[in-house]
Amino acid sequence: MSNNEDKHHIVPFRTFIIVLAALLTFTFISIAVTNYELGAFTVLAAMLLATAKTILVLVYFMHLKFDVKIFGILITAVLALIGAVIFITLLDYIFR
Amino acid sequence: MINAKLERREPSFYDVSERKGILAWILSTDHKRIGLLYLYSIMSFFIIGAILGLLMKLELLAPGKTIMEAKTYNGVFTLHGIIMIFLIVIPGLPAVFGNFMLPILIGAKDVAFPRLNLLSWYIYIFGAILAVASQFMSGGPPDTGWTFYAPYSFKTTTNMLPAVLGAFVLGFSSILTGLNFIVTIHRMRAPGMTWLKMPLFPWTLYGTAWIQLLATPVIGITLLMTVGERIFNIGFFDPALGGDPILYQHLFWIYSHPAVYVMILPAMGAISEILPTFAQKTIFGYKAIIISTLAIAFVGYFVWGHHMFTSGMSGVALYVFSILTFLVAIPSGVKVFNWISTIYKGSINLKTPFYWAVSFIFVFMIGGLTGLVLGALATDVHVHDTHFVVAHFHFIVFGGVGFAFMGAIHYWFPKMFGRMYEETWANVGWLIFFIGFLTLYLPMFYLGIAGMPRRYFDYLPQFHGGNIISSLGAIVMIMGLVIIITNLVRSAKFGNPVESDNPWNGKTLEWTVESPPSLENFEEIPIIDKGPYDYE
Repeated sequence: MSNNEDKHHIVPFRTFIIVLAALLTFTFISIAVTNYELGAFTVLAAMLLATAKTILVLVYFMHLKFDVKIFGILITAVLALIGAVIFITLLDYIFR
Repeated sequence: MINAKLERREPSFYDVSERKGILAWILSTDHKRIGLLYLYSIMSFFIIGAILGLLMKLELLAPGKTIMEAKTYNGVFTLHGIIMIFLIVIPGLPAVFGNFMLPILIGAKDVAFPRLNLLSWYIYIFGAILAVASQFMSGGPPDTGWTFYAPYSFKTTTNMLPAVLGAFVLGFSSILTGLNFIVTIHRMRAPGMTWLKMPLFPWTLYGTAWIQLLATPVIGITLLMTVGERIFNIGFFDPALGGDPILYQHLFWIYSHPAVYVMILPAMGAISEILPTFAQKTIFGYKAIIISTLAIAFVGYFVWGHHMFTSGMSGVALYVFSILTFLVAIPSGVKVFNWISTIYKGSINLKTPFYWAVSFIFVFMIGGLTGLVLGALATDVHVHDTHFVVAHFHFIVFGGVGFAFMGAIHYWFPKMFGRMYEETWANVGWLIFFIGFLTLYLPMFYLGIAGMPRRYFDYLPQFHGGNIISSLGAIVMIMGLVIIITNLVRSAKFGNPVESDNPWNGKTLEWTVESPPSLENFEEIPIIDKGPYDYE
């Protein structure tokens, strides 16, 4: 991180506005999707939308995109871990 | 705490504080004082937990009611579990020796966030008060066991909420400590201390910290869901409300199995520090131990289902969890192989910490090998929820963490207190404890295979013999414990001042600083140019 102390990356205001618009859009989609009967995919849809919003916040608002690579790798690994835990849990629910 | 024999270059941290009396402790952000605060808190709770354990064994001395009613027994084993798991073995080594030793071992003056460190201790105490207070409020002590299994946990009329909230609050302490250690290890290592020049205890704390950070929130959310179910009738786990009780078990063990590694990894780290010092030999397979540490931390996330083999999970999940469970045995076996190889042909120095370390390997192997019985689907069905599980669990958690904790405190005692304990009494205490431990828990394997279920205050007459031996073992073990604790407490105040800052001829950084260390540990931050176990 010592590299970053010298480099202050300034994200253009426009980028923040675009990300905000994307976040609001995903939020509206999250609400709208509940009007449709998706059966077993209801939870999947909600999880995917929430994950997309989380990634946007991490990448832009929390400056992950402009930080040293190790943080990106760590967070990707953590997300993969959560995915693996959910997958293994589903091995019970899908095949029960 | 003045060292009479050694001339100090800097005053001891005990003698430097802006405040006096108890305020010098409870308002201090010095990692060493916070480590000692945890030590005193954990030892106090441990004495209570051990007494509760002894009471349970006395109750089981004979069939039927011996010294308490069934309801009291349920409350006692629940409190014993909550205290031992949440207040002692989970914080245990990271909170005490991690706090005291981590910055010194990596050549730093303190942890990355000293105030957050103190806050962690306050949160720990607050959570502990909540959990213990639940025993004494109207409604009666919780009787669910430390696992708070649904659906019973939201139906029982006992004081579930404070106990659950206590465990929830304790989780925050764990998360903050983990966060602190990760940042400290990443950012504050001494110049030249690359990752592969870092001692093994910090490595295990690093693996542990990631588990604390990532797994603990799951139990927090789960416990809040239980609260939501009890108060607002939200159907998470209650089938009558559309919930699934097995979901609770999934969520609970997604945290609580990795928590076993929160307990055992730092214990393995402490053993990895003790053995090279008392074998006067470079640790065998330094990189293999690091890789196995990270492998245990990683694979440990995916094996929680082996606690649920009889719960009604799908067949596919059963097979997957069983295979994954067997995988954990590989890195654990690697570690045992490395420890044995480290002491092989070493210049063994038979001192108290070494006795604890080798007895750790012995009991850990029994615990590990009996774990294979529980990891195999066919055999687990027969011994699930029997005393076999209780014995296995205690061999790993008490035999593993407890022995390593005792080894660590005897190892680092001269550094922490600047005084030496009575070695003869320490060895006598170890021997009595070791004999008592085996006498207490080995018969439980037999009792479990013979079919004695756990968590009952009564049993059939054919289990009487095994229970008598086990209860006598508990008494012997407590006698050993009394000797050990009395010796340590007395020696901390009246023991002979150490004659050297490095009484064991250790090679890691803590043995280069004064005993006890100065406030900032090092007069000058060391520059590291060689590995941590350089005995060649």
